[in-house]
Amino acid sequence: MHAHEEGHHPPSYRLLIGVWGALMVLTAVTVWVAQVPLGFLNVVAAMAVATCKALLVTLFFMHLKDENWTFKGMVLLVFVILAIFIGFTFFDTAYR
Amino acid sequence: MAEIPMAETPMAETPMAETPMTGTPDGGFWTTPPGRSTLGSWLLTTDHKRIGLLYLWCILAFFAVGVLLGLLIRLELIAPGRTIMAQQTYNAVFTLHGVIMIFMVVIPSIPAAFGNIVMPLQIGAEDVAFPRLNLFSWYLYILGAAIAVVSLFTGGGAPDTGWTFYVPFSATTSTNVNVAVLAVFILGFSSILTGLNFIVTIHRLRAPSMGWTRMPLFTWGLYATAWIQVLATPVLGITVLLIFAERVLGLGLFDPARGGDPILYQHLFWIYSHPAVYIMIVPAMGVISDVIPVFARKNIFGYKTIAISSLAIAFAGSLVWAHHMFVSGMSDVAVMVFSLLTFIVAIPSAVKVFNWVSTLYKGSIYLDPPLIYSLGFIFLFSMGGVTGLVLGGAGTDVHVHDTYFVVGHFHYVIFGGTGFGLFAAMHFWFPKVYGRLYNLKIANVAAVILVIGLNMLYFPMYLLGLEGMPRRYYDYLPQYTDLHVVSTVGSWITAAGLALMAWNLWRGLRHGAPCGPNPWGAATLEWTLPSPPPTENFGPVEPEVTRGPYDFKGIEREEVVA
Repeated sequence: MHAHEEGHHPPSYRLLIGVWGALMVLTAVTVWVAQVPLGFLNVVAAMAVATCKALLVTLFFMHLKDENWTFKGMVLLVFVILAIFIGFTFFDTAYR
Repeated sequence: MAEIPMAETPMAETPMAETPMTGTPDGGFWTTPPGRSTLGSWLLTTDHKRIGLLYLWCILAFFAVGVLLGLLIRLELIAPGRTIMAQQTYNAVFTLHGVIMIFMVVIPSIPAAFGNIVMPLQIGAEDVAFPRLNLFSWYLYILGAAIAVVSLFTGGGAPDTGWTFYVPFSATTSTNVNVAVLAVFILGFSSILTGLNFIVTIHRLRAPSMGWTRMPLFTWGLYATAWIQVLATPVLGITVLLIFAERVLGLGLFDPARGGDPILYQHLFWIYSHPAVYIMIVPAMGVISDVIPVFARKNIFGYKTIAISSLAIAFAGSLVWAHHMFVSGMSDVAVMVFSLLTFIVAIPSAVKVFNWVSTLYKGSIYLDPPLIYSLGFIFLFSMGGVTGLVLGGAGTDVHVHDTYFVVGHFHYVIFGGTGFGLFAAMHFWFPKVYGRLYNLKIANVAAVILVIGLNMLYFPMYLLGLEGMPRRYYDYLPQYTDLHVVSTVGSWITAAGLALMAWNLWRGLRHGAPCGPNPWGAATLEWTLPSPPPTENFGPVEPEVTRGPYDFKGIEREEVVA
């Protein structure tokens, strides 16, 4: 974990506030897009925005950006599994 | 303890003088460290062998309770109408039987007990990667179990939902579901921590000379299981918390009148609980893969395919959950997709069965208890596996869904599979843990009684299911009586077999013939250590892996079992 120690310095307030602002904007996008009638694409849009937000939180707030590739790979794997679980559930809900 | 002359086992001449002939086990990791009380040294231990034994004893105690509840259920069902208990009691008893057996016995059984005792020894490690986390996960298990017991006697009465906690009933029943789901939540965390510990241990603490293809297949099974524990169990935690939220806060998540979806609950529940049956069965398959070559004196057939099939079962088995929901009102597309995926899981399972049978072919077979239990496993698991395909096929499932056919299938796989895997493990590693041997003949007799009892107990359930007897019912039409009687009598035979097995092991532990490090003549690393192994296992020196896990060249069985 030497790479971690070397590259580790606390992120600046400017960056954190920027990420917070982006999350706020994305929340607004979620609310706005839910009111546009897109049919099934509403769900896709909501999921896509939520994924972006999760990415911002894990990378910057949870410092995953500074971790080595073992950790990044593990987190990615878990997200892929979660995506599969949610995706397979749509075999049901999307075709009812 | 009086000296018992061991007339039937000619042990006197074997030079094992350091172990006394009777009394509680001692030596090795059983020795209490200086300056500590015996009880304290167990409750605060970080030794993986002791933690595994703590798990094993608790699991066996809960197993006894679960068996007792099962016997009560069967006794109630021996005749139509009321026999020994009222409807509400019956609902609580089968719920309790399910919750205890699934969450407190079967899920932790082989991984938490034998995984802890044996796996670090098999890979030449000093302990698991996080010994204190290991002890903590045992305490979580005890806390969860205690809260589950509390849920029976507090609130509005024992939960009556069945172990699946299906909404809408679980969201509205007045019984004490809140506390029961909390218990399940905590038990889930115990399972996650054990899985995490095992993944790290297997990756980081293997002896340097043990490559992935030199690893015993039991450890491979635990490795595949650990991934399911880590990745799927959180979904169970979320699901039971949602029930809690639904009941306490009235969120309406699963209430269609408020935009919720009751089928969503079933998806969430089975996303964990179907992979959970692989948490139950894959370690048992690992035990069987380790036992069979030792008693056939022959290398395992298809080592790599068995190892990979464990991972394949873990992966494919995580994608089949909705086959529990074919008649729940899900879309036809989902029914078709999940039915197809279910059939795919049969492939790696069958690969294992054929490999075990091929290992036995032309082996020089010793019919010792671990092998008898393993053969029982293969037979009973195959019976359960084939009927699983009847349930996995969407067309046939509609006919037998929620009937006794399902109950029969499940018990063949879990009792005949995981249960027999656990018994095989208990008989196989008993001499390693206690440094003594039980009576082999009695153990074999008990195994045969169990196979007969299990078939009599569960085969009639297939017939009942095909004739349309629904599961969970308290009462039934007179035409089902005969088969229910056969099944109940089978439950008594099964109980007799279990009692004989338990008594024999207990007697072996107290008065059994002392044995050396490797009574069965096995080739994996745990058998190179003395029985019982020392606290620090291999000590500071890394063991050298000079042979494959099933290469028996030059390894002899000890006289004790000859």
